[in-house]
Amino acid sequence: MNGLEAFLLTVITASTPLLLAAIGELVVERSGVLNLGVEGMMVMGAVSAFAAAYATGNPWIGVVAGAAAGALLSLPFAFLTQTLATNQVATGLALTLLGLGLSGLLGEKFVGQPGVPLPKLDVPGLSDIPFLGPVLFGHDVLVYASFAFTAGVMWFLFRTRAGLVLRAIGVNHTAAHALGYPVVRVRYLAILFGGALAGLSGAYLSLSYTPQWIENMTSGRGWIALALVVFATWRPLRVLAGAYLFGAVWILGLYVQALGFGLPSQLLTALPYIVTIVALVVISRNRTLTLTNTPASIGIPFVPDR
Amino acid sequence: MKKWKILAAAAALALASGVAQAADKLKVGFVYVGPIGDHGWSYQHDQGRLAIEKALGDKVKTSYLEKVPEGPDAERALERLVRSGHKLIFATSFGYMDTVLKVAKRHPDVKFEHATGYKRAKNVSTYSSRFYEGRYIIGRIAGKMSKKGMAGYIASFPIPEVVRGINAFLLGAQSVNPDFKIKVVWVNTWYDPGKEADAAKVLISQGTDIITQHTDSAAPMQVAAEKGVYAFGQASDMIKFGPKTQLTAIIDNWGPYYVKRAKAVLDGTWKSEDTWGGLKTGMVVMAPYTNMPDDVKKMAEETEAAIRDGKLHPFAGPIHDQEGKLRVKKGEVLSDQELLGMNWYVKGVDDKLPK
Repeated sequence: MNGLEAFLLTVITASTPLLLAAIGELVVERSGVLNLGVEGMMVMGAVSAFAAAYATGNPWIGVVAGAAAGALLSLPFAFLTQTLATNQVATGLALTLLGLGLSGLLGEKFVGQPGVPLPKLDVPGLSDIPFLGPVLFGHDVLVYASFAFTAGVMWFLFRTRAGLVLRAIGVNHTAAHALGYPVVRVRYLAILFGGALAGLSGAYLSLSYTPQWIENMTSGRGWIALALVVFATWRPLRVLAGAYLFGAVWILGLYVQALGFGLPSQLLTALPYIVTIVALVVISRNRTLTLTNTPASIGIPFVPDR
Repeated sequence: MKKWKILAAAAALALASGVAQAADKLKVGFVYVGPIGDHGWSYQHDQGRLAIEKALGDKVKTSYLEKVPEGPDAERALERLVRSGHKLIFATSFGYMDTVLKVAKRHPDVKFEHATGYKRAKNVSTYSSRFYEGRYIIGRIAGKMSKKGMAGYIASFPIPEVVRGINAFLLGAQSVNPDFKIKVVWVNTWYDPGKEADAAKVLISQGTDIITQHTDSAAPMQVAAEKGVYAFGQASDMIKFGPKTQLTAIIDNWGPYYVKRAKAVLDGTWKSEDTWGGLKTGMVVMAPYTNMPDDVKKMAEETEAAIRDGKLHPFAGPIHDQEGKLRVKKGEVLSDQELLGMNWYVKGVDDKLPK
């Protein structure tokens, strides 16, 4: 295995959880809802995926359980913010706290137990090609899913009528409501989708990245995903680029240390954040384009006049 | 209205009886920096708490607060434990140091124990473990087991505790293989499984064939198992995560010390002191030596015995630092004072110490 190949493989594992969670949150925010509970849903996905895989011995059941747990945890958020029109920032933060606490409680038994790793797909013939084989074909299904979801979300948002409706609701929910679109129902669905993807991202952590359960194992990745969505100005391809840029600089920092260049490790730890923010700000400097992509009614509670 | 009065009276009665009951028992409180589910640092301290309950039974009542950040929150946590009647409080992270002293000054009747710190007061003791003794042993094992003569070291923060561990490991390795090298990666966290795994992958791809860590999760062990290299467990036995991978593990064993201190409070013999225990006092324990040939195992056991008996000191001279300056003369050992403040690398560390 040569150096570049090892580097790329490590970058892919580091970027996948960010991409999964960020693409889910992008759909939520495009519908005009700000869900700050990503970290909480992710960590609940991680513990549920671990528990289900551990109990059944089947990592696929774990994947399903992770997505289901994320979606399930997003339901109270949807109910509170959409049906009861509560403040989305406060409710989202509460969701994160709930997820972190609840997952710690549920996962207590699983601490110190090795998990059931998700198998890597092995495409006969293709996986054996030097370099390209392992880099393109040697991953588990969630890595491919992260790309499939990115493409699917792009297609849905910009090529389908339903996606247009969702974006319209995000830009101006009052106008969309006046035109007869079911604002609350669409947002419920978007929130559930975002929850499921955050849960899937958590499942990736506890089944593939590091097949074990420990409390707070998400270590702030949900917050990074949230920031990526905003800095990528709600464009799926930029979210993809941002997630991979972050992952690449993150891993590069570790490489630079191992090679012994003597750069301060604190700087290298901060670098992924700095580089990603600068890069995404630079590519988003077209103000008109940024404004047209911003869901204008994000975070504003909506009460339909019946 | 009447109902409320009855309820209030019942509540008051329950409270009063609760206090009365608690008065007989010694209430021992713990403050942890991480979750007890970290399977590392805080988990091991909690094992120590359980050891008190087991050893002293109904003479004590223990409680803990977990995930308490260092800073103002720690002060609130400590005050809360004091107010609820705890007379012996263990603060188990270095960063609680000044907070402990501040709270201890306000409550002279409460005894405090601060882990890994160096500031004491009349009612504040400090305690720590000589983990470097274990690191010297695993260094020796690495020196024998590494085919490439190079180990990867996943480090957390550049504090003396961690620097001392790196040095002890390398001195141990060099004692059997003078050309031994280590590569150090600082992850700037105690606890992030993903990042620890990434660091392990990077180190293995850089040609190291033994992984050791000064972070809390078993993620590096899993990576080592996947890549087919050896690794050492940290803080607790991680053999389950690498049955064919773990050579041994350095286990934090706080139980004996915690039981001793709680007993001292019960007997009225508690006084402020500094304890720095190692293999000899049982505060550092080595997990079974596995996955190695018999001669290496024998060497590890002999090293362990020699350190326990005081025949071998990991920091015995001559020791040169990275610049080649002689730090410890032949026939001398580094003093505890110098060990506690260690901020330099021994010769052969392939890294610049972060300032």
